[in-house]
Amino acid sequence: MLTVFLQFLFSGLTVGSVYALVGMGFNIIYNATSIINLAQGEFVVVGGLMMWFFSDSLHLPFIVSICLTILSAGLVGLLMERLTIRPLKSHDLLLMIMVTISVSIVLRGILAFKFGKDPYDYPAFSEGDPLNIGGAIIQQQTLWVIGITGLCIILLYLFYNKTIIGKAMRACAVDTTAAQLVGINVSRMVMISFVLSAMVGAIGGIAITPISLMEYDNGPMLAVKGFCAAIMGGLGRGRGAVIGGFSIGILESMTAGYLHSGLKDAVALVILLLVLFLKPAGILGSSAAARLRKF
Amino acid sequence: MLAINTIGKSFGGLIALNNVSFRVDGGSISALIGPNGAGKTTLLNIISGIFPPDIGKISFSGTTISDLPATKIARAGISRTFQQVELFGDMTVLENVMVGRYSRTRSGFISSGLRLPFVRKEERETRDRSLGILDYIGLRSRKDELASNLPLGEQRILEIGRALATEPGLLLLDEPAAGLNIRETRSLGEMIVRLRNEKKITILLVEHDMDLVMRISDRIAVLNFGEVIADGTPLEVQKNQAVISAYLGTEE
Ligand SMILES: Nc1ncnc2c1ncn2[C@@H]1O[C@H](COP(=O)(O)OP(=O)(O)O)[C@@H](O)[C@H]1O
Ligand SMILES: [Mg+2]
Repeated sequence: MLTVFLQFLFSGLTVGSVYALVGMGFNIIYNATSIINLAQGEFVVVGGLMMWFFSDSLHLPFIVSICLTILSAGLVGLLMERLTIRPLKSHDLLLMIMVTISVSIVLRGILAFKFGKDPYDYPAFSEGDPLNIGGAIIQQQTLWVIGITGLCIILLYLFYNKTIIGKAMRACAVDTTAAQLVGINVSRMVMISFVLSAMVGAIGGIAITPISLMEYDNGPMLAVKGFCAAIMGGLGRGRGAVIGGFSIGILESMTAGYLHSGLKDAVALVILLLVLFLKPAGILGSSAAARLRKF
Repeated sequence: MLAINTIGKSFGGLIALNNVSFRVDGGSISALIGPNGAGKTTLLNIISGIFPPDIGKISFSGTTISDLPATKIARAGISRTFQQVELFGDMTVLENVMVGRYSRTRSGFISSGLRLPFVRKEERETRDRSLGILDYIGLRSRKDELASNLPLGEQRILEIGRALATEPGLLLLDEPAAGLNIRETRSLGEMIVRLRNEKKITILLVEHDMDLVMRISDRIAVLNFGEVIADGTPLEVQKNQAVISAYLGTEE
């Protein structure tokens, strides 16, 4: 009984980790720009596939591959901002939805062209037997995923709270005009938010691929789940996306395990609708009007 | 120091500023007064680059700034406070001041991420200087409080502190005494004078409190319906017939 529950719990925490990272990626960009970046899922796919490319195709050392993958993802974020966001004068909500969807389609096209339609994976980060926790069989990679997600959460917290540039980004999110008037270059903050967000997404992709494989078209589903996580926690709230991501992951896994695996993908959407009906500012949101802004 | 030349601005059909010219001398405390809706805030918005004027030119220390974006104007040494306080509410008092110092730091995204030694040093310096500013404005004991939790009087002082952090040569204050009691207004006046005397910051003050304005200003410009109707020393302005009727006319 408990064993089965633990098994489902860990598998939920694993996918939940990725949802949380995608959700945080949404928030990073939303806070700096009020843009909902629907290409967020592609950043994860870029992470998984580029990691395969560097480590299994080019046979570069593990750490080098990780660094290069994160850098490539950062470059994708940078290009996206430079080519599609910066040249546009208006950041109208609907326009941005169309633009970011277009970017996601283009990215998928490039990935399909380069990698084809096969699923990819590479070896787990550490070799060795699965662990036995309370009777549940846990792959080592599961712990890597959860640990790396935890590390990302801590690093993002330190970035936003301890560095001046992070504080400046928060200031932009609170009051763009006032931020400009103390000399903060807002368009630079926007650029950084895209780079950072792409890197966070890619880290999720790097960690999860040995467990769940990666295909060129995994992005949209990941974006939907991550978006639900961000909305559930209150759009723009870092901790919210973490709680949202893990909750959705665990509920999905329990639904698939105890009810039917076909219902799994409906869970996030049901949660999304419930949150929007009952508490539109998200579970951590207090003042709906202030937080939801354009959305 | 600041030369405002024939500035005009309208919003739709409404003419908010019409042919406005005056100068703010370096080292002075200059005041801009006028009834509500006269266009004072609009002029400060134009000086600080929130929007450009329709016509006219503003120069600061010899260079034209009226075509620059707000960020560049701030970096050129003009800082301001707002009539409606615009602090970073869910950041602490200290963080608000530290963010003000951002434009005076060099740490980039990558160097911050790598925690290079110069970044650490710079962050320590930023913190120390920001604490120094809090000492100066008397808010050090409140440093870890959220800005939005301060009473209005302290929020206005903190906004001045954040502006000071950018190391301005010219400070624009938009009704800093609004909502303050008599005691707070008096210490605000003393602080403004100290900023000019000790920190050599030129002040352009928009204010309704005539006691305060008359007591500390070197020069006063009076705006009415978007036009400058008087410009001179406090004594000259007080005796000016156009000013008297403008104020009586609007029952201020
Ligand atoms: N952004 C704006 N859009 C439209 N009208 C504005 C705007 N800002 C100010 N106004 C109008 O311009 C006039 C001058 O306003 P303002 O500069 O705020 O006056 P003051 O600060 O002297 O009280 C007012 O009639 C106001 O309604
Ligand atoms: Mg005003």
